[in-house]
Amino acid sequence: MSLTNMDLTPYNMNMLIHLNDCFPVWLSLRVAVISAIIVTITTLPLARLMEKKRFWGRDLLEAAITLPLVLPPSVVGYVLLVLIGVNGPLGQLFGKFGYSVVFTWGAVVMAATVVAFPLMYQSARAAFASVNPNLEKAARTLGAGELRIFFTVTLPLAWPGIMSGFVLAFARALGEFGATLMVAGNIPGQTQTIPLAIYFAVESGDKATANTLVGIVTVFCFLLIFMVNRWNKRRLH
Amino acid sequence: MLQVSINKELPYFDLEVDFQVDNNQILVLWGPSGAGKTTVLECIAGLRSPSKGSIELEGNILYSSLYNVNIPARNRRVGYLFQDYALFPHMTVKQNVVYGLSNCKTQTGESPALNFTTVLDSFGVLHLIDRYPGQLSGGEKQRVALARALISQPQLLLLDEPFSALDNQSKKNLRQEILRLKHDWQIPMVLVTHDEEDSRLLGDIIISLHKGQVIKPGARREKRITGTSVESKPGIEFIT
Repeated sequence: MSLTNMDLTPYNMNMLIHLNDCFPVWLSLRVAVISAIIVTITTLPLARLMEKKRFWGRDLLEAAITLPLVLPPSVVGYVLLVLIGVNGPLGQLFGKFGYSVVFTWGAVVMAATVVAFPLMYQSARAAFASVNPNLEKAARTLGAGELRIFFTVTLPLAWPGIMSGFVLAFARALGEFGATLMVAGNIPGQTQTIPLAIYFAVESGDKATANTLVGIVTVFCFLLIFMVNRWNKRRLH
Repeated sequence: MLQVSINKELPYFDLEVDFQVDNNQILVLWGPSGAGKTTVLECIAGLRSPSKGSIELEGNILYSSLYNVNIPARNRRVGYLFQDYALFPHMTVKQNVVYGLSNCKTQTGESPALNFTTVLDSFGVLHLIDRYPGQLSGGEKQRVALARALISQPQLLLLDEPFSALDNQSKKNLRQEILRLKHDWQIPMVLVTHDEEDSRLLGDIIISLHKGQVIKPGARREKRITGTSVESKPGIEFIT
């Protein structure tokens, strides 16, 4: 069907844009929010620690943390599968509680978290490093303990960078495909995220669904980036 | 009274100083950039640790390698004026100045609120309390930083190159200000500068520091003429 010489009637529109199943949208949003939150909570103390303390193996740890950023997603997926699969160490641990993670939406969250982690970590590191060390020193001479310094000086000043990291992590979690497919599969109504739904819709010739999902994700991400940039600009007065 | 006798191994040289400063005295640490002057201040404040030695303030041991004591910076009651003032940019002048108040109890038991207005007014910055550091001039920032350092009544005041960013008139004003502080607060003060005139006019005691070692004025002149390196002897140099 040619899009250029076609009349846009409601019938025709329905063939271009249509969503039978809204599940991927809700799943992807849910997964992206949860992953971004987990990633933020875990990377902030880690980034702070790596910034301040020197210890043996620090560079090795740094490289390991960054690894999911550069590895092909299918490699990440394979490693995750080995770990949380029924015979894997984590899989057996979950098995003791009668829970199998693979091919559930828990595995979707895991895959999204692992790939988003290095993005947030690097943003947090850069954000903490950008805070003038004299400010923390001044706070120390004024009697503040390390925890108070972190929450009243370091974190507020690093906040814009951390927010940017959060958005990047969220977007990465939203768009995760390869690792998700491997550990969670493409089970409609259970583990089918937007990227998976788009891929399989195109495969099966369901252009309407593909168009709709692509449209939703593109508009959403565009608005997100646009609003974050505006917010950042305003913060700088 | 402040007593300092410390050694610190640094990447390019060893730092070694030994001095004492009475209340109502200003000690000037004078020397070229990189001589270790700021490191001495940071060790006294507890922001860095010496390799060995001792630091005592008002009879309290702040640091002692012998007795394994190293009081953290937050408990040392030391006021520090940083070279770039280090005002918290995301807080107003008022929030900056009271930041240290909630961390300590004032010696006299005065209500901090009363103390706050008096101190800010004495520095001429009371009218700026709702401004942010980004909206202040250099001189105003410095006065706010001084108020912030002094409001919790420290037992010692450290000033790192306070004259470096100032024009001549501001320098004159600051010299007067420091002499006034000396009179009003009656605590020992250690001032770092690379300016000869400032050190001459303000220092009750002047210590010349070069590559971590205290030097006598004569030794440096000899170095230049003969071109050979001269062993510098550590010791306190009093110049009147």
